[in-house]
Amino acid sequence: MQGFIAVYLRELLILKYRFKRQLAGMAISPLLYLITFGYAMGDVIRFGGHSYLEFLIPGLVAMGSMTQAFAIATDINVARFYWNIFEEFQAAPISNLSYVAGEVLAGMTRALLAIVVILLLSLPFGVVLHYGPMFWLAVLLNCFVFASLAVALAMLVKSHADQSLLTNFIITPMAFLGGTFFPVEKLPEWAQTLLSFLPLTHASHAIRASSLGQPVHSADYLVLVIAGAVFFWLALHSVNRARD
Amino acid sequence: MIRIENLQKSYAATKALDGIDLSVAAGELFAFLGPNGAGKTTTIRILTGLTRLGSGRALLNGHDIESDGIAAKRQCGLVPQHINLDSELTVLENLDIHGRLFGMEPSRRRRKIEELLAYVELADRTRSLVKQLSGGLKRRLMIARALMHEPRILFLDEPTVGLDAAIRRRIWALVKRVQQDGTTIFLTTHYIEEAEFLAGRVAFIDQGRIVAIDQPHNLMARLGHWAIDQVNGEGMQTRYFPTREEATGFSAGQDCGFTLRRVNLEDAFLALTGKKVL
Repeated sequence: MQGFIAVYLRELLILKYRFKRQLAGMAISPLLYLITFGYAMGDVIRFGGHSYLEFLIPGLVAMGSMTQAFAIATDINVARFYWNIFEEFQAAPISNLSYVAGEVLAGMTRALLAIVVILLLSLPFGVVLHYGPMFWLAVLLNCFVFASLAVALAMLVKSHADQSLLTNFIITPMAFLGGTFFPVEKLPEWAQTLLSFLPLTHASHAIRASSLGQPVHSADYLVLVIAGAVFFWLALHSVNRARD
Repeated sequence: MIRIENLQKSYAATKALDGIDLSVAAGELFAFLGPNGAGKTTTIRILTGLTRLGSGRALLNGHDIESDGIAAKRQCGLVPQHINLDSELTVLENLDIHGRLFGMEPSRRRRKIEELLAYVELADRTRSLVKQLSGGLKRRLMIARALMHEPRILFLDEPTVGLDAAIRRRIWALVKRVQQDGTTIFLTTHYIEEAEFLAGRVAFIDQGRIVAIDQPHNLMARLGHWAIDQVNGEGMQTRYFPTREEATGFSAGQDCGFTLRRVNLEDAFLALTGKKVL
């Protein structure tokens, strides 16, 4: 437990020192998406009786929670390959569970902060959505899924360049295809089947349905729970692989 | 104490360690001396859990590093070769996080931080960010951090590499004090004078094998006590003599220039391996 707190506390301290820069970084992309896709095009596109802005904001929440939770991988890699701080954890008498849980929670904390930024940014656009328990449950699960995936991949990569490749090939396509900017239902059947394997598709469904006051599907939550459990397990078993 | 039996480690086709056997007694200051790539750092990385063991066995105060890894890690502190402090955090935060990683209670952490910062003469830099410290101060902070949880074994991997002579001497004095307080110290270095000054026993390591282990004066005495370096058409040649008188007697009959000096560990290493340490 002490090890878990130490790992988490270290990440929080770093977040504290970088707080202003982090907030600016978290705000810039969603703000641009809101202005360009939502504000400029919002009047011409409607989905299921909702304005494009109402459709877009839950998508941005899903995407933001994914990218910010996954960003912990970059911090871990910088600590591992450039600053060698990861050795401090390797040499400490802590379990792999303590390390992984501390880093995953740090990734989730950062992602939740980004979600608050997105929701605050959406206020001036006059969109009122429902942010009830099912919304926050979906957000938390999505953060858990991608923070766990981030820690697992950060342990498996052999260089910082490998990490960038993974972001380009996994996270960026998912951000655009996982139901964030358009309804997956508009795509052909085969594409829908393919995209149903992406956790972000289910996160987008759950976050959008709960925030628009529509019935949520328990299957979406179940997929996120299973994906999160699998990635967390993978992270736990990848820590020893980081030893050379 | 440290016990290592037939330690082996390979990277692809390269054997980094080729059957290391040694024992370091409690409270001893033991040095591993060898050129870059000899296997010094690999040995320390294996013993401290940073690198996977190839084969063999190692015990730290009776705890097997593989089967009882967490307990083995509790026994030791590590000062790695490169700076691995959290440069974005303060001196205090670096020590506090380390204490938490080793499960120290808050009151013990506070007391130990105060005591160690005074010990390494950094008490006035408690709130400084690590990135604002000089290289020498960072080294002292790394030693303080490694001592934070009161380890019984301290691993120092090239602790003075890249530091100027004055700072190096201060680090040596600090290491001596730590040993006098009862800590077992396992040091790697490629600085001859560092091994001679600090170590009670020295092991020469070359190509992953220990070629000799003994007290520094015994290793040197195998050659003699005095040396004469001569430069001639064939390059530099060194001759060894048991006494100064014999050395000066030899040099009296020489035409070319020569240097009379005491035998050092570099001579002993060269005689055993045919290589220089540096």
